[in-house]
Amino acid sequence: MCTVCGCGAGETRIEGEAHEHTHVHADGTAHSHAHEHADEHSHSHDEAPLGVHAHSHQHADGSVHSHAHGHDGEHAHSHEQHLHAHGVGGDLDYGSGPAHAHVPGMSQARMVQIEQDILSKNNGYAGENRQSFDDRGIFALNLVSSPGSGKTTLLVKTIELLKDKVAISVVEGDQQTSNDAERIRATGVPALQINTGKGCHLDAHMVGHALEKLKPADESLFLIENVGNLVCPAAFDLGEQHKVAILSVTEGEDKPLKYPDMFRAADVMLLNKCDLLPYLEYDADLAEANARRVNPDLTIFRVSASTGDGLSAWLDWIAAGLEAQRGKRSETVDGLKRRVAELERQLAGK
Amino acid sequence: MHEMSLAEGVLQLVEDTARREQAHKVKLVVLEIGRLSSVEPEALKFCFEAVTHGSIAHGAALEIVAVPGIGWCMPCGARVPMEEVFGCCPQCGSHQVQPTSGTEMRVKEIEIE
Repeated sequence: MCTVCGCGAGETRIEGEAHEHTHVHADGTAHSHAHEHADEHSHSHDEAPLGVHAHSHQHADGSVHSHAHGHDGEHAHSHEQHLHAHGVGGDLDYGSGPAHAHVPGMSQARMVQIEQDILSKNNGYAGENRQSFDDRGIFALNLVSSPGSGKTTLLVKTIELLKDKVAISVVEGDQQTSNDAERIRATGVPALQINTGKGCHLDAHMVGHALEKLKPADESLFLIENVGNLVCPAAFDLGEQHKVAILSVTEGEDKPLKYPDMFRAADVMLLNKCDLLPYLEYDADLAEANARRVNPDLTIFRVSASTGDGLSAWLDWIAAGLEAQRGKRSETVDGLKRRVAELERQLAGK
Repeated sequence: MHEMSLAEGVLQLVEDTARREQAHKVKLVVLEIGRLSSVEPEALKFCFEAVTHGSIAHGAALEIVAVPGIGWCMPCGARVPMEEVFGCCPQCGSHQVQPTSGTEMRVKEIEIE
C-alpha cells in the first residue's frame, strides 16, 4: 500500500473508482485527473523511476500538457517526477509537498508558507514598548536626521526649557562614543548611550533594554535620539508616538525628495538653524513644499536651537502630546478601577 | 547596512520555520518586496548570501517577487499606479496619494527538505 495517500491493492479509493488527484496550479487553475490502477501494483512516492509512461491532462484554461511518470517494474509512481513535470509557464506548484501530504521521515522538498513581515520581530518589540509607554502615560519621541543637523543641541535646549515641568529621560544612539549622552547628562536628566557598533539605526529591542535600565517615570517625556542617518531609521519602529525629523538649513532644500522614506515616516519636521537663513541662499519655503510633497500631513516648525527662536511652538506641541498620553493612562487606570469595583461587587454577592 | 538587518530578519524567520518543520536544509526563500518599500533588492540579495553563510539556509536560492506600487488619490478618489512614494497622481497631479500596495516586505514561503 502506498504510504502517502493510502491507495493500493484492495484499498478503498478516495473520490470514486479511480485514484484521483487534484492539483492547484500557481495561476489558480485547478484540475484533477484519475489513474486506473490494477489490483496488484504498489505505488511508491520516493523510489527512483525506471520505466516511464506519459499521459496528458486538459487544464481548466483549455491548454493541454503531457507529463511523464517514472515506474519501476512494479508500477511505482514517483510524485517527485510528477510534480516537476507540472510546471505551467515555468512556475512550479508544490501544493503542500510533492506528494500533497507530509510523511515524517520521508525525504522530500516542500514549500512552507510563512507570510510574515521581515520586520515582524522588530515590530513585536516595538508593540511591547508602545504598550508600556501607553500604560504609563509616557510620551516617546524618536528624533531622526542626518549627522550634523543639530539634534543634540536641540535636545539640550528642549530639556533645559522643559525639565522643571516634566520628568525627562533620553536614549542616545550613535555608532561610537558616549559624547552625546554626556552632553545630555550635563543638563541634569538621566541619559543612556547605545552604541550600535557597525549598525546604522536603533531597533525596538535596544530601546526595550534602555527602558529597563532608565526606568522612566510615569507621565514623563522619553526622547530617543536615533543614529544620524536619513535612510535606515525610517524602517524601524521603536514604539514611539511620533518620529520627528530634523532638517537644517545648511543642507539642501531637496533633502526630503532625496530621502523620502524618512520624511514620509515622520509626523513632525523641525527646520533647524533658521538663525542662519540671512547668510545662506536657502529657500525655506521650497524645503517645506518638498517635505509636504513627500508627506502632505507633516507638521513643520521653523526653529533655531542655538538662539531658541521658534521653540515655543515645538514645546507646545510636546505639551499637547504629554497631555494626550496622560489621558490614555488615566483611561487605563480608570478602566482597571472600574473592573476592580465590579469584581468586588461580584465577590460581595457570593 | 540597513539591508543587512533586513537579511538577518529574513534568516530569523526562516530558521524559526525550518526548526518548527524539522527541516535539515532550506533550498529556496521567496520574499515579497514592494516597489515603494525602502529595500534595494540587489543589496538584499548580497546581504542574504552573507548572513546565511554557514546557516541552515546556506546556499539557498533567494527569489524576490516585486509588488507593484498602487496608491489611492484623495482628490480624485481613484486607484492609481505609483512609481515612488512621493509620486503624484497621473490623473490630477496631486501629491496627496496614499500608497495602498507596494510597501510590503514579507517572507512569503520557503522550500525545505
